Formats: sequence, C-alpha cells, structure tokens
Amino acid sequence: MLTTKVKKRAYLLAATLTVSVVAIFFILKSLSSNILYFKSPTEIKNSNDTNFNKKIRVGGMVKKNSLEIDSEEIKFTITDFENEIMVSYSGTVPNLFTEEKGVVAEGKLQDKKFFIADRILAKHDENYMPPELKKIMKENVK
Amino acid sequence: MFNIFHNSNLFKWIEKLIYFINSIFFILLLVALSFALILSPADYLQGDSVRIMYVHVPAAWIGLASFSFIALLSLINFIFKIKYFSLITKSIAPIGLMFTCIAIITGSIWGQPTWGTFWAWDARIISMSILAFFYFLFICVHKLFSDQEIADRISSIIAIFGAINIPIIKYSVNWWNTLHQPASIKILGSSTIHSSMLLPLFLMFFVLILYCALIFLMKYKTEIIRIKKKNLKRL
Repeated sequence: MLTTKVKKRAYLLAATLTVSVVAIFFILKSLSSNILYFKSPTEIKNSNDTNFNKKIRVGGMVKKNSLEIDSEEIKFTITDFENEIMVSYSGTVPNLFTEEKGVVAEGKLQDKKFFIADRILAKHDENYMPPELKKIMKENVK
Repeated sequence: MFNIFHNSNLFKWIEKLIYFINSIFFILLLVALSFALILSPADYLQGDSVRIMYVHVPAAWIGLASFSFIALLSLINFIFKIKYFSLITKSIAPIGLMFTCIAIITGSIWGQPTWGTFWAWDARIISMSILAFFYFLFICVHKLFSDQEIADRISSIIAIFGAINIPIIKYSVNWWNTLHQPASIKILGSSTIHSSMLLPLFLMFFVLILYCALIFLMKYKTEIIRIKKKNLKRL
C-alpha cells in the first residue's frame, strides 16, 4: 500500500532522527557537569579538581539552627543531608531565604568546607499550600 | 465523505465555532480570573506571588503541547504529504510562540521576588528559550520562502528535530540540578499543590485553551481565504 517514495522518506527520517537523538544524548552527557546550575556539598567533596579561584554555585538546604545573622554578615550551613558546607555572606537575601529551605549560593570556595558567597538565591520547592494548612501540618508534627 | 473538509463547508463551521467561543469566553475568563486572583488562598511561603503560577504553568503547558502537536503533524506531513496539515501547523505556531514567551516572562517576574533574580542560566530556562527559538525559526521559514512546498518541507524538518527538545524540557528538572523546582503535578502519583490552588489552575488552563482555539480558528480562516483568493478548489 505504501509507495516506495513514502517508505524512503520514512526510513530517511527515522535514520537521521535516531542519529541526532544519540548525538544529543552524548553531547548532553559530556556537558552534564556544565549544565548543572549548582553543585551539592557531596559533589564538591568528591571532586578532585576543585578550583578555589573560580566562581561556583553551591546548593542544598539551609541546615536547621545553623543560621546566624549579625550586623556584618550572615552565616549558615548548606547541607544535602550527607555533607555540609559553611557559608559566609554579607548583603541582602531573598524573602524566601530561611532555615530548612532550598538555597543556592554563588561565590568562591575557601576550602572544601568553607564558602564565601557574594550572591544568595532562594530555591523554591514544589509544594504549594495555603498558610492555614501549613499551621495544621506543623502542629501535627509536634 | 470528505465533504465536511471542503473549504466552503469548513468555512461555515469555523465561523459558527468562533461565534460560539466568543460568546462564552469572556464570562469564563472572568470566573477563572476571580478564582485565581481573589478566591484562591495565598501561598504559605510565597504569599500572593503564587498567583503568577496560574498564568505561568498553563502557558508553559500550552507552549509544550502545541509544539508536540506541530511536530506530530509535520512528521505525518513530511512522510505522507498531507497538505492540509501544513495549514494547521502554520496556524498553531504563532500561538505556541506567544505562550512560550509568556511562560518565560511570567517566570522571570516570579523569579525576582522568589529566587532573588530575574534570570538564571539553569537547564529548564535555557531549554525553554530554545523552544521559543525553534518556534521563531518555524515561523520565519514560512515568511522567508515564497514557494509553499519548500517552506513546508523545511519547516517540517525544523519541527521534527525541535521535538527532541520537548522531553529535555520536561525532564531537565529531574536530570540536572536546576534553580527551577521540579514538577508539582505528576501524571502518576499525587500532586504537591493543594486542591484549593488546583481548581483555579485548571480553570485558567481551560480558558487559555479556549483562547488558543479562538486564535487558531481565526488564523485558519485567513489561510482558507488566502487559498480561495488563489482560485484553488483544493490544495
């Protein structure tokens, strides 16, 4: 039923599509460390070629009870629940920046455990709910 | 059997449909907007800026869905040469581009109070911009090439290869660390948006889909008029 012309076009398209999907897969795979918007503390701990002069981004959760704010600087700990990094920062923070919430810090590593940030971004999670419900949930946890 | 697809018949049906959608669209828009802007609760963390989501998420869905649809029709058109399909893809593309741009712009307006930045070079935002670029290319090809057949063929190829980007957009938040949060509404499993916020979201989605249908029908009507002007009975 299908004419040879139709078959030829279909095969040609299938072949080029497969090749390009495979090509894009390998390109993305080799670029994957560059595509990452931020690194987690574990990834920094495990990487061997840490560059202390290059600006990087570190992301994770702000550890509970680690946030210290005084007039000059803000100190907190970023955790991915396996490893931690201490962060020091002076400047304004976004409204959503609090303990136990996602954060991305941009700046330079001093060593593998200490980071000086010059920009803080808050990372929002996928949970959306009204404030009353949050209150009820908190009381249930207690 | 294909009488209904004959241009004059189709024309009448399109006129009727446009009239029908016009008569209900504004009422539904008012209902959806009042749910989204007034009746729904503010978020526990973001406050009122959560309301941007009611435009952002449906716009992004429509942007993705219409490109997938264009790619599917282009694939069939490329292999089987069904020329009506190129009229349809041509009419959808501008709507898709508009909604993709709306998604990017509203996202950046939401990002400023929430993340603390308008723009971040993260995988979701880049792949979404690439989608907008593919839409732009697709439309440009139709404007640049006066020969309909060549324009169809090149734009189909652009749409088919651009479709590789669609799963990358969808899974970018799972494959890589991104500033953008992962999907809240999952096809399998429960969603992480409270039901009082889901209702306005789906209402807005429905209204925007109606808007898309309206613009699509108008565009398609123009294409039919253009064919009639050339004095062609059929393509």
